[in-house]
Amino acid sequence: MANHAVAANVYVPFLEKKGLLSWLLTTDHKRIGILYLVSISLFFLVAGAIALLMRFELLTPASDFVSPHTYNVLFTLHGSMMVFFFIVPGLAASFGNFLIPLMIGAPDVAFPKLNLGSYWIYLLGTVIVAIALLQPADTGWTFYTPYSATTDADVILITLGVFVLGFSSILTGMNFIVTIHKMRAPGMTWHRLPLFIWASYATAILQLLATPVVGITLLLLIAERSLGVGFFDPAKGGDPVLFQNFFWFYSHPAVYIMIIPAMGVISEIIPVFSKKPIFGYKAIAYSSLGIAFISFLVWAHHMFTAGISEVAATIFSFLTFLVAIPTAIKVFNWVATLYKGSIELHSAMLYALGFIFLFTIGGLTGVFLGALAADIHLHDTYFVVAHMHYVMIGGTVMGFFGAIHFWYPKWFGKMFNESVAKLSWFLIFVGFNVTFFPQFFLGIQGMPRRYATYPEEFESLMALSTYGSWLLGLGVLIMTVNLIKGLFSGEKAPQNPYGSLSLEWQIPSPPPLENFEEIPHVTDWTYGYGKKKEVDA
Amino acid sequence: MTWIPEAASNLASKVDGVLLVITLISIFFFVLITVVLIYFAVKYRRKSEDEETPYITGSEPLEIIWTVIPSILLILLFVYAFVVYKDMRTPPKDAVDITVTGKQWLWTFEYYNGKKTLNELYVQQNRPVRMVMKADDVLHSFFVPAFRVKQDLIPGRYTQLWFTPTKIGTFDLFCAEYCGTGHSAMLGKVVVLSPEAYDIWQNGVATDGGAVASLPPAELGEKVYKEKGCNACHSVDGSVVIGPSFKGLYGKEGKLEDGSSYTADENYIRKSILEPQEEMVEGFQPVMPSFKGILGDDEITAIIAYIKTLK
Repeated sequence: MANHAVAANVYVPFLEKKGLLSWLLTTDHKRIGILYLVSISLFFLVAGAIALLMRFELLTPASDFVSPHTYNVLFTLHGSMMVFFFIVPGLAASFGNFLIPLMIGAPDVAFPKLNLGSYWIYLLGTVIVAIALLQPADTGWTFYTPYSATTDADVILITLGVFVLGFSSILTGMNFIVTIHKMRAPGMTWHRLPLFIWASYATAILQLLATPVVGITLLLLIAERSLGVGFFDPAKGGDPVLFQNFFWFYSHPAVYIMIIPAMGVISEIIPVFSKKPIFGYKAIAYSSLGIAFISFLVWAHHMFTAGISEVAATIFSFLTFLVAIPTAIKVFNWVATLYKGSIELHSAMLYALGFIFLFTIGGLTGVFLGALAADIHLHDTYFVVAHMHYVMIGGTVMGFFGAIHFWYPKWFGKMFNESVAKLSWFLIFVGFNVTFFPQFFLGIQGMPRRYATYPEEFESLMALSTYGSWLLGLGVLIMTVNLIKGLFSGEKAPQNPYGSLSLEWQIPSPPPLENFEEIPHVTDWTYGYGKKKEVDA
Repeated sequence: MTWIPEAASNLASKVDGVLLVITLISIFFFVLITVVLIYFAVKYRRKSEDEETPYITGSEPLEIIWTVIPSILLILLFVYAFVVYKDMRTPPKDAVDITVTGKQWLWTFEYYNGKKTLNELYVQQNRPVRMVMKADDVLHSFFVPAFRVKQDLIPGRYTQLWFTPTKIGTFDLFCAEYCGTGHSAMLGKVVVLSPEAYDIWQNGVATDGGAVASLPPAELGEKVYKEKGCNACHSVDGSVVIGPSFKGLYGKEGKLEDGSSYTADENYIRKSILEPQEEMVEGFQPVMPSFKGILGDDEITAIIAYIKTLK
């Protein structure tokens, strides 16, 4: 890395340059982070709006707002956009890009041009899918065969788009792994790394190793549809369950690509607003790697009723239970960090605490679904929908919102309105629970998922869920307006508003173009809060 | 409304046992974490900016405790759920086989004596049943909440599940694996009869024979329309779901796929029910199954009478 900016000792914030090209051709990791942040946020809002339409249709049992076919298209759009456009790139691409070099004391990622290339590939993938949507698919985001091999919709183009998106993920993962290995500042040993870095590292490994499998799978699907080779379609001599095996071999690790970075965010926010060192640093750091490892071995727990052998189901159920352990360890350590702290309930901290609360529900309900006998009843019902949203919204999205509120001053050099932020947090938290908690009961009652119409016995809980979605939507709207308003009329942010010890807070807000005037020399870990006693624990 | 459907099979109460134990353990941990979280957040709320906090970085005994205890509980839960699962997957030798076929968007059941039913599965109380399942087109899933059983139907191979119904009554059957436009209309019923009633049904006498016979044809047609799954694809309000709407259908004229014209009279409708692919109306997909052997002559006559009322 050339260190050419050190020559002039003038502070030039990275946001200084204006103009579209300064963004589209940038190799600055902070700007690329913003490109991702804006893109994924837009997709999140669009896919969220689609979810509101679906919930509106589900207000009554009959199909009275949109036709069943349109409803099926809507949930396919909602699922694929949320998963492939928003939550998989998500925190890893946006905050990973922004924070990894800053936190380890590096001027940029290892391969800045490749980094820009990854963003372009991401954009290309989304454009391909957008074109495909001119004839919308109705397969669900899982593209299960043989339905996806026979439906009229343009599945080939959509899967091609997702295939392209996968490369963005692979390249970003590789870039981050090399960066974390090779570009740490002197003294930034592995055990001094912020936990967000550990989480990003575990995520990057998953991106690198798991994504190629979904790429291959989607390619086979394309070959089946366009060339008529029978891989998955029994009419052509294929096996539909093979598709599910391939698909979940990627998509289950992908769940952890989505959630592990959010866990990293929580590990950063809680110590700062408790003024306490993180409790059980090594336990949290290694549990990220543990989760990443086990996540490769649990995919078939999505398929207990799909005709896999009883022996396979039993082994996968056991391995699934194992994932619960490192996850529980993290939760206990976060809560223990609060002990005897000096806790400030900043909006970012509220999101972090909300994360623990909701993610605990998401995790515990995962135990229901991992348990063989219970899963037979609950599989493919609203219980799964609720569980997955408690993990994905209650976990990942809470972590994402928390990250935005936490690093906003650093990234943009501005402050948002804190009272409005707290209000929107409250609406989101309550709205989310009203939307999704009733769905656990719907699932136990037997309400299947992906139903455009439903039996009348489910109406009251379904309506309650829809009312909750309005509250949730309102909260997200207020939050978005508050954050955008802050960019234009917010107060100027100080360098380190929360008294954090992490490297990114020791430079001006927004950071200068080359991050650090000179590469810092690290002498202690990131979490040295609190008064050391004579005898250390 | 109860929190879980009435347990109506031998397996249901076992599954409920698993659900109950996991629920209790989950509530315990959830309450523990939440109470401690809120207690800490309130008790240690920052009162002044220069508060001193202790430098605590962890505790090995605690890490061991909160790794080992959940691990033991999880392994016990796994074993418990596995034992019940093993029961659910092992049909007894004396179980009666019934073949189920899933097709967009209908259930067909075939019994050992050659009897066939559509969307209604008839089983006998306290007699174990083994369902041998296959799919004709895409994935489906046979799900009876009251029995706590679910199994996917897969084209190109057989899958199975079993249960012993314990309560007389009628229970919901859902398709739980997404199978296209009519997925949420792929509903059926499981009718559990007493041994005596089952004998009568087996010998060909409809259980509600008296009531059906006394219905006027159009009303019987409406009943058939709802119970035999016509409503999954044919609306009665003029909207096109999968097939043509029944509204205004009678007497309608138009073009067939091969360019010839048709008039939807009694004979055309009858033929469309029995040999649906023979004379396809332009613009529709050939997806309708034949109802030969499923609907009797009087039922077809009743449907035609019903269609005539939909102007």
